Amino acid sequence: MLARAQTWWTILKICVEERLVYRGDFALGTLMRFLPIVTQIFLWTAVFAAAGSGLIKGYTRNDVVAYYLLTMLARAFSSMPGLASGIARQVREGEIKKFLIQPIDLVTYLLLARVAHKFVYYLVAAGPFALVYYLCRSYFPGWPPAEVMAAFLLSLVLAFLLGFFLEATMGMIAFWFLEVSSLLFVYMLFTFFFSGHMFPLEILPEPWKTFVDFLPFKYMAYFPAAVFLGKVQGTELVHGLMIQTAWILGFIVLCRVSMQAGFNRYSGYGG
Amino acid sequence: MRNADCGMRNEKGGNEGTDKSSAAQSRNPHSEFRISSYLGVFLTFVRNSLVRDMTFRTNFLIDTISSMSWMIMNLGFYTLVYQFTPNIADWGKYEFFVFIATTMFVNSLVQAFFMPNAEELSEQVRTGGLDFALLKPIDTQFLVSLRRVSWSSLGNFFVAVLLLIYAVPRIKGFELSLWQVFLYPAYVLMGVLIMYSVMIALAATSIWLGRNQSLYDFWFYITNFSRYPMEIYEGPWGTPLRQLFTFVIPILVVINVPARLLAKPLEWEHSWLAGFGIVATLGSLLGSRWIFKWALWSYRSASS
Repeated sequence: MLARAQTWWTILKICVEERLVYRGDFALGTLMRFLPIVTQIFLWTAVFAAAGSGLIKGYTRNDVVAYYLLTMLARAFSSMPGLASGIARQVREGEIKKFLIQPIDLVTYLLLARVAHKFVYYLVAAGPFALVYYLCRSYFPGWPPAEVMAAFLLSLVLAFLLGFFLEATMGMIAFWFLEVSSLLFVYMLFTFFFSGHMFPLEILPEPWKTFVDFLPFKYMAYFPAAVFLGKVQGTELVHGLMIQTAWILGFIVLCRVSMQAGFNRYSGYGG
Repeated sequence: MRNADCGMRNEKGGNEGTDKSSAAQSRNPHSEFRISSYLGVFLTFVRNSLVRDMTFRTNFLIDTISSMSWMIMNLGFYTLVYQFTPNIADWGKYEFFVFIATTMFVNSLVQAFFMPNAEELSEQVRTGGLDFALLKPIDTQFLVSLRRVSWSSLGNFFVAVLLLIYAVPRIKGFELSLWQVFLYPAYVLMGVLIMYSVMIALAATSIWLGRNQSLYDFWFYITNFSRYPMEIYEGPWGTPLRQLFTFVIPILVVINVPARLLAKPLEWEHSWLAGFGIVATLGSLLGSRWIFKWALWSYRSASS
């Protein structure tokens, strides 16, 4: 047990160090990622100016801007760049063999590598995020009460887990189709649109709104932001967190099952 | 998409061969004018790329569909927004659709003709492959800018045509006049040239930096500002921003001028923009050419 914990700790440490190599590029890239927010602020200011009423589906202009900023944070937790395509590449190039031979579990390894990746990312991105949030502080309605804050933080952690297992499951498809890059692109578009990264999901008209409620994507961006802004409260909030957890459990199982099925299908040749 | 990349690298050898034969032609004193030999080289590139794209037909189809679906999602977003407002900065729904169609025209042309080459340039700098381009008896900027055409990006061009056909007749009190029919494509082309200038200037920086991996990101974030009507940039922050992106890096001119020309031709207080568009195009072309040449002087071949 101790030996195993030590193995995982070593893996985590190596991954952190590997990540820290590119910290300068990281920080700059993070800051640049906020540039679209600038245009969004101008766009929504123009929309609210023309709409006349200061309220669109319960959002003021400041709410919308705060919403976009918060989804950026939620996406920092739930987006997994290169996870599915990494699995696909390992399957295609046969690198996956090492997980069949070595006593290391593929999913746990990937999860640790991702935790390390995210950990370094937050370390470096904390600066740019704090700067932008400080500059935009007037758009926020203020700190939410402690229990809402706790729920918000919990939903972020759950968003990370959901993002990880969802995308890992997508990556397992590579056992069946070797070339999945275009499939992943479609998945990316879907998440962008239906996670609420592009707009607050409330503005969707009816059949779509229910449709989105039945998808896991909204828990990856919309839900944490809505929790922070107090759009989801009371039992609705508790239910939301429970559904989010249910999605995670579902994808853990699906990920495991598809990995086993994939391993059974897989045949590696050569060295 | 990765497939296409591999194909590209594999076939590079073949490409180089055709370059040589066309280049030899242009050295031949008996051949026609220089301009026409450049045209010949360009047409060869176009044909080569088409052949290559058609080799991976399924990939081509998926590429086309995925690049189109992104724009369709964008369209969906604005349809949603227009549920709540009659206009955005005085752009009505169908006028704004014309704006989006213009964005699609410009972007699809830039992505089809220049984007793959700009990406390739930074890779060539890193690997030293640029040596081969420098040795050819043809203008280096021409060669590295137009070597590859990504046909699948032109899918959006046709979506834009459909969108224009849908939106233009629905603009209130709209009458199409002849000068619009001629000026609109001309200004779309000028927009493409401005975008090209920004892109090649950005790509040229990879000669100094050794590698410019985030070229595409940077490009996306800069041109992101051009995708909105310039009127939305108002107020103490907006006005300087608008002036910066109109006069220093003229990317706001790119889509605003042709879109306004077609959708809102009556407002003449903005007509100076049309004149400025020509100045901006020439300025950015010359500026980017200068940056490219300047960067080229600092080029040191990598290993080999």
